Amino acid sequence: MIENAGHPNRLGVKGWVVGGRWGLERYLYTLHRVTGLGLLAYFLLHIFVTSSRALGRAAWQRSMQAVAGPLFELGEYLVFAAFAFHAANGIRLVLVELFGAVGPAIEPVYPYRTSLDVQRPLAIAALLLAAVVAVLGGLDFFLLGGE
Amino acid sequence: MRDQRLWTWQIAAGGLVLLLLGAHMTVMHLDALVGAFNPAGGRPIDWANVVARGRTVTFFVGYVLLLGAALVHGLIGLRGILLELGPPADLGRALNGLLLVAGAGLFVLGTWAAWASFLLSRGS
Repeated sequence: MIENAGHPNRLGVKGWVVGGRWGLERYLYTLHRVTGLGLLAYFLLHIFVTSSRALGRAAWQRSMQAVAGPLFELGEYLVFAAFAFHAANGIRLVLVELFGAVGPAIEPVYPYRTSLDVQRPLAIAALLLAAVVAVLGGLDFFLLGGE
Repeated sequence: MRDQRLWTWQIAAGGLVLLLLGAHMTVMHLDALVGAFNPAGGRPIDWANVVARGRTVTFFVGYVLLLGAALVHGLIGLRGILLELGPPADLGRALNGLLLVAGAGLFVLGTWAAWASFLLSRGS
C-alpha cells in the first residue's frame, strides 16, 4: 500500500492516475472526474454567456459572436463528448452502486470469480454508449452542418 | 452523515441533469440530425429560435430545473474533490460557504435570465 505522510490514504490529485495497478473501472473513475470538472467549468461560463439573452437580440448576438469560430466549435464538441462519457459512466455508477450491478456476494470457492466478471461488461457497454453518442455528435457538428 | 446526505442529493440531481441536459444537448447540438424545437429553422442559437423556445413555460421551467440540478450536482462533486485533498478544517468550512454562496448566486443569475427572457419573448 502506498502511504502519503500525514495524510494516510490520500495521494491527492496524483492518486487519480498513479495509485497502483488499476483496472479499467479505476481509469473510468479518473476520466469521470476530469470530464466532470471540465463540464462544470464550461457550465459556469455558459450561465454568464447565455444570460445575455435576457438583455435582448443585440446583446445575444454580441455574445454569440464572441464565442464563434472553429476553435470554439471544437471546444463545444469536446464538451458534448465529455457529456456523452460522463452521462453513460454515471448511469453505470448508479447501476453498480444502487441497483446491484456489482453482482451478489458469493463464497470464495475455486474457481474464483470476482465482481469484475459482472462489472466489466457493464463498463464496456457504457463506453460503447458514450462512443455512439459522441460519433452522432461528431456527424452533426462536423459533417451535417449542425451546431 | 452530512456527506451521505450530500451524496444522495448529488445522485438525485444527476438523474435530473441526465434527462434535462440530454434533452438540451439534443435540441442544441443534434439539430441537424433531430431538428427539434427550432421552429424558425436555421441554427438553434438564432434569435428567432431562442425566442420561440424561451417563451414556452415548459422551456422556462426546464431551464430553471436544469440550472438548479446541474449546480447541485456539479458543486457537490467539486466539493468532494477539493475536500478529498485534505485541507485544514477552517479552509474546508470556508470552502463549503464559498460554494454555497457561489451556487446560490449563479442560480439567481440564471433564473433571472430565464425569467427575463421568458417575459421578453412573450412581449415580442
